[in-house]
Amino acid sequence: MSDDKQALEPRVGVYVCHCGLNIAGAVDCAAVAEYAEGLDNVVVARHDGYCCSEPGQNRIKEDIAQHRLNRVVVASCSPRLHEPTFRQCVAAAGLNPYLMEMANLREQCSWVHSHEPQAATAKAKDLVRSAVARTRGLSARHEIEVPMDQATLVIGGGVAGIQAALDLADDGFKVFLVEKQPSIGGMMARLDKTYPTMDCSI
Amino acid sequence: MADAGRHPNITLLTGSEVKSVKGYVGNFTAKILKKARFVHEDQCTACGDCAEVCPVVVPDEFNEGLSSRRAIYQPFPQAVPSAYVLDIKNCLGHDPIKCGKCAERCDKKCIDFDMKDEELEVKVGTIVVATGMEVYDPTVLDEYGYTRYANVLTSLELERLINAGGPTQGQVVRLSDRRRPRSVAFIQCVGSRSQKRGNPYCSNICCMNTIKSTLQLKEHYPDIDLKVFYIDIRAFGKGFEDLYRRSRLEGAQYVRGLPGAVREDPATGDLILTVENTATDKLEEHRAEMVVLATGVHPPEEMHIVQEMLALQKCSDGFYLEAHPKLQPVDSATKGIFFAGCAEGPKDIKESVTQASAAAARASRLMSPGRLLVEAITAEVHDEACTMCGICAKVCPYNAISFDKKSGRPAKVNEAACAGCGTCAAECPASAIHMHHFTDDQINAQIDAILEEDPHAVIPVFACNWCSYAGADFAGVSRMQYPANTRLIRTMCSGRVREDFVWRAFQRGAPVVLVSGCHIGDCHYIDANHWTEKRVKRMWRKMEKLGLRPERLQLEWISAAEGVRFRDVMQRMEELRQSVSAQELAETLRILQEEADRTAAKRETAA
Ligand SMILES: Cc1cc2nc3c(=O)[nH]c(=O)nc-3n(C[C@H](O)[C@H](O)[C@H](O)COP(=O)(O)OP(=O)(O)OC[C@H]3O[C@@H](n4cnc5c(N)ncnc54)[C@H](O)[C@@H]3O)c2cc1C
Ligand code: SF4
Ligand code: SF4
Ligand code: SF4
Repeated sequence: MSDDKQALEPRVGVYVCHCGLNIAGAVDCAAVAEYAEGLDNVVVARHDGYCCSEPGQNRIKEDIAQHRLNRVVVASCSPRLHEPTFRQCVAAAGLNPYLMEMANLREQCSWVHSHEPQAATAKAKDLVRSAVARTRGLSARHEIEVPMDQATLVIGGGVAGIQAALDLADDGFKVFLVEKQPSIGGMMARLDKTYPTMDCSI
Repeated sequence: MADAGRHPNITLLTGSEVKSVKGYVGNFTAKILKKARFVHEDQCTACGDCAEVCPVVVPDEFNEGLSSRRAIYQPFPQAVPSAYVLDIKNCLGHDPIKCGKCAERCDKKCIDFDMKDEELEVKVGTIVVATGMEVYDPTVLDEYGYTRYANVLTSLELERLINAGGPTQGQVVRLSDRRRPRSVAFIQCVGSRSQKRGNPYCSNICCMNTIKSTLQLKEHYPDIDLKVFYIDIRAFGKGFEDLYRRSRLEGAQYVRGLPGAVREDPATGDLILTVENTATDKLEEHRAEMVVLATGVHPPEEMHIVQEMLALQKCSDGFYLEAHPKLQPVDSATKGIFFAGCAEGPKDIKESVTQASAAAARASRLMSPGRLLVEAITAEVHDEACTMCGICAKVCPYNAISFDKKSGRPAKVNEAACAGCGTCAAECPASAIHMHHFTDDQINAQIDAILEEDPHAVIPVFACNWCSYAGADFAGVSRMQYPANTRLIRTMCSGRVREDFVWRAFQRGAPVVLVSGCHIGDCHYIDANHWTEKRVKRMWRKMEKLGLRPERLQLEWISAAEGVRFRDVMQRMEELRQSVSAQELAETLRILQEEADRTAAKRETAA
């Protein structure tokens, strides 16, 4: 789908995730999906046990093709967890990944209002409405490619710093290992025998 | 260790500190200060001739001060690099009248008193933070008498004594009379697992370390009498239970209960421990010729320097906070920066090494393609709308905006340098900056949507992606409960929250508004949140002038680890919301309408 097509009148698909009982335990997901269906520009709204599962993602992909969706709202967990997952999902169906938006119904709703199903459901509807409102204004974006310096700075030359430096150096990267003491080794260099093997540490 | 010194791809910079780090994933520039060693490390053969003639004698920190070293010394026999180092603070000086003996003595002439500190600049794509931990100093726990009694040691001091390369060539002796102790008592959890003193967390390694020490002592001195005083023994790792069982089979006695106090018998230098044995509920007295405090560990004293430089986040226990505690255990929240070892929390060698390899693999995976796609969240100036005031260029923490008043051309954003904080778009008086993926229109639509139905009941919260939004997620993961009428609007940085957004929320009937972001000093966009703070203060003054209660707009700094704080702030916001009456809300709408009319009129006359 070209960016131009995606800029046309928004056609939004909304996917409300149960996350097993993590969300559905407090939020009436069916009611939220039904509510979403009535929002402007929403073409299809569904609720699903696990949106991030393969069938869950396939459902979204199919809908994008079938209903010519050009915006997707996934109402599930935090975007800090699954935004990359669902961006990839919509991208696989030809939609620009920046046209996918998430509503956080788990970390910021069901889990923190677990004993107030009504209030949690009302909040979930608001969060979905807000996400749909936001998607209307979204536009396709293309990631920028920047060069990557193939070198690592390791700060601290204890056993952890040394191990990381060696692995990266063996992988062919340049490593700058910075240690504030006059020798590397850290705490381990001061130990005699070490558990659990009871052998020498250096 | 030696492998790291030899590897052609590793540049070893010891006696060095990172002074500054600029840039972003793929393109970091670090300035490193390599302090003068005064010995050419590539020439020194570590023969030790210099130290033989050095007249200065100081306590050896590597041996916890249990032995001494010279002003020119090798930290320990297997040190890497294998070269001597001159401790310039204690050295008498090069001047021949004062000293200079070592330089005279060194045949290879590798001692150079004129050596200067060097500053290096390196360009790297990724960073691994492996700054480790430090051992708890038990001086403050006076009841154990660490500073008063010669025969009370820390576990690290015992490590040095029992070490064949240590100050006593592996002989464990009492410091009071240099005699081998016939009995040793270990006290666990010193500086750990206490809500009152020291640290509340378990230091992870001290139980196993004590078990190890009992086995070592029994091996050296089979007749030695050993007692371990503990709260509970944590031996959960692979092979750990086996060692614990062996320790008991060898005769070490485990007593459940921490001593309340340690006293010395002045005649013998022996120690008397009083302890409430929680297994028998009896108050007991135990005698030991030596006491070893199983001290815990804590983050290095100077950790904040690197933390602030890289804008990393810490947990409440002071160690670094990972991007996700289960799924991204070695990533920091900043792309391209990883954690390895005890920097992230107390752990043993095996776990440190595992984590280090994981961090290396994560870094490697990022660097391998040689290029990187960065999120397309960048600013763009609308040329026609730009009034050429230059404010955007001034506020951009990344110097990503070029502007030259004389050129007569509008400001221009360098897309590759723009990190996407949105501060420029928030500060631009002409609304001439389009913040991609977080446009004014998108955010306004969200504000309108959450306030559409029953605005008086709702608490709009602007939350930055890295800290306060993550803090809200953390509250969620911890299942903390807070009022359900809170509605978050996520921006990448609190710097993005334009004044207009807040006014709009009030115009739509919001009783209160919260702007939240990373703590000052922790901003993911260098110091963009300084502009947030200035802006909110500016708004408070305006509210005051207009006759609105300024406290209805709140500003809070909430880190990703502060779930508790997030919950508490939400509860406070709800109390605040309830303090806003219907009358006050009506009044607000009237005031803001009048203000809007005035501004519109002004604009018209200007036009
Ligand atoms: C008494 C004791 C006994 C132990 N016994 C055992 C055992 O038997 N078995 C076991 O598995 N584990 C044991 N451990 C734990 C083990 O020591 C740690 O797991 C290990 O040392 C962690 O390695 P690290 O590299 O993360 O940190 P560290 O060893 O602490 O190394 C960190 C390094 O970073 C350097 N550094 C810090 N800040 C900076 C900076 N800003 N710039 C540059 N450099 C910096 C430090 O100088 C240090 O060299 C023991 C620990 C203690 C305290
Ligand atoms: S998408 Fe998120 S909320 Fe839904 S099942 Fe997966 S993890 Fe759970
Ligand atoms: S010049 Fe300093 S290091 Fe050298 S011998 Fe004298 S005191 Fe020791
Ligand atoms: S968005 Fe932030 S980093 Fe980008 S140009 Fe504006 S102020 Fe600079």
